[in-house]
Amino acid sequence: MTSFKFSEENIRKIDEILKKYPSKKPAVMPVLYIAQEQNGYISDEVIREITRILEITPEEILGVITFYTMYHQKPVGKYHIQVCTNVSCMLRGGYELYDRVKEKLGIDHMQVTDDKIFSVEEVECMGSCGTAPMIAVNEDYYENLTKAKVDEILDSLKNKN
Amino acid sequence: MEKIVLPDIKDLHLLDVYLKNGGFNAARKALNQSPGDIIDQVKKSGLRGRGGAAFFAGLKWSFMPRTTDKPKYLCVNGDESEPGSFKDRQIFECNPYQLIEGIIITSYAIGAKVTYIYIRGEYHKWIRLMQTALDNAYAGGFVGERMNETFGTDFTCEIYIHKGAGAYICGEESALMNSIEGKRGYPRVKPPFPAQFGLWGCPTTINNVETITNVPPIIDRGWEWFSKIGEPKHPGTILYGLSGHINKPGVYELPSGTLLTDLIYNYGAGVPGNKKVLCVIPGGSSMPPIRGDQIDGVKMDAESLKLVGSSIGTGGVIVMDEDTDLVKVLARIAKFYYHESCGQCTPCREGTGWMLKILNRILKGEGSKSDIDLLISIAGNIEGNTICALGEAAAWPVKHMVQRFREYFEARVKDEVVLPVANKVHSMRHTTIPVEDIKH
Repeated sequence: MTSFKFSEENIRKIDEILKKYPSKKPAVMPVLYIAQEQNGYISDEVIREITRILEITPEEILGVITFYTMYHQKPVGKYHIQVCTNVSCMLRGGYELYDRVKEKLGIDHMQVTDDKIFSVEEVECMGSCGTAPMIAVNEDYYENLTKAKVDEILDSLKNKN
Repeated sequence: MEKIVLPDIKDLHLLDVYLKNGGFNAARKALNQSPGDIIDQVKKSGLRGRGGAAFFAGLKWSFMPRTTDKPKYLCVNGDESEPGSFKDRQIFECNPYQLIEGIIITSYAIGAKVTYIYIRGEYHKWIRLMQTALDNAYAGGFVGERMNETFGTDFTCEIYIHKGAGAYICGEESALMNSIEGKRGYPRVKPPFPAQFGLWGCPTTINNVETITNVPPIIDRGWEWFSKIGEPKHPGTILYGLSGHINKPGVYELPSGTLLTDLIYNYGAGVPGNKKVLCVIPGGSSMPPIRGDQIDGVKMDAESLKLVGSSIGTGGVIVMDEDTDLVKVLARIAKFYYHESCGQCTPCREGTGWMLKILNRILKGEGSKSDIDLLISIAGNIEGNTICALGEAAAWPVKHMVQRFREYFEARVKDEVVLPVANKVHSMRHTTIPVEDIKH
């Protein structure tokens, strides 16, 4: 089994995070984010390492991972495409964008393309109601979209690889 | 109209511009008065929470114990996950220092040494912007140990950002505290209330981002000035978020009590294609919808909306035109609450799923007349029977949409009851036929 270790830089980041809280447990959410960034997803090895660092049980960590949608227990694509289909986006064509993304990439909700470049997620309201419809690619929002613009975004991401 | 929370000042998100425009004067003023005086002024200003419940901010602060040997905490709620709400991100982006100044004044008033700003995880960009502002405020000596040099008093406070990770329920104050504690975001049973038993069991106050950002102008320009803006029972400006079928969607800061029609037709420039308004949700998706033929004269503030059977919520106005499929909209809303229910309370965990199932059935054209009353009945059984307000948030849109557009929903269902066999067997259990005679 391959073990997981935080990088030197991330260990320094974790030390900084621990200063924000009166105990170690509250650091679990930010530390999970750091682990996910380094490892791509939260594996059992990651959980084991966080158990050691924060002195909490694996169950407590698993409880957190499974409660919050932004922690992934399986790898997502290099570009994780999140499409909002909640009311404000829906009224302005959110589902059309979602269908377009799925059709273009040939994958469904929470699936990854064979080349591991793309994954798709139907997400709940992202707070872009005034600039709807929208998609997010990893951490970046793309707003006021049309199907044509979505094509452009996906094509340009594809061409980068 | 003068804007208080998002003033039209270029580059206000830069510290030097904020300082040039009187930045941190209110904090300086506040730190030279007693905490009790500050609470008193905010009470008199009539400032009410902008996160949904419109609770009186000053009153909330006064619940914090004066004497305690425990540390006290302030949590600023920037979870902003209510569909239709997108106002707090404007504050993070355009006026972060006023939020920081508001936090300084609030934490001084309630005696909190540490503040956590809880920002939803998807807001990566706005978390970065807020963190940059915070770093600059620390470097400038406005927050942290060097505050006593800057303000000439012995009060210091720390402000940290806690990033959420995609859970709507964490906008509920007790779930938010559990999330900061590194737990699943389960709402807590109240009482005890946060002011007695909050973060790590210590006295805690939770306020919305917009509420806190209103504090510096109140201190700087006086509670009398603030209390005269907009509707007297819900004074100040409100960040209204316009979305849906509207020509100019966006965030509009306007006095409380602005007419809904003014918002839609004047500021939002009307509905695309000059279509009629079928339905409006006035305060984010969990608030009771209003019929389009009843929006005339409706004022947008907590008390006025109560009169028309709705609520101001987060001020997120979702407009739907005459061609909107309301069943589809309601099914989507139901899906959201089904997804976001934390699962602690049976009525909410199960009821949200049932409502979704029934609405999807109606959407497919397989609904029957009895489904309409069944929806209302389920909603009624969720409401008031859960630990937190997500129960109401899920029940209200269903109950009120169906009641207020009954003829619309009736036109979408069949007179005949079409029940799968399993349901028939189940319903037979309530008849006089002995259970052993029922063949599965």
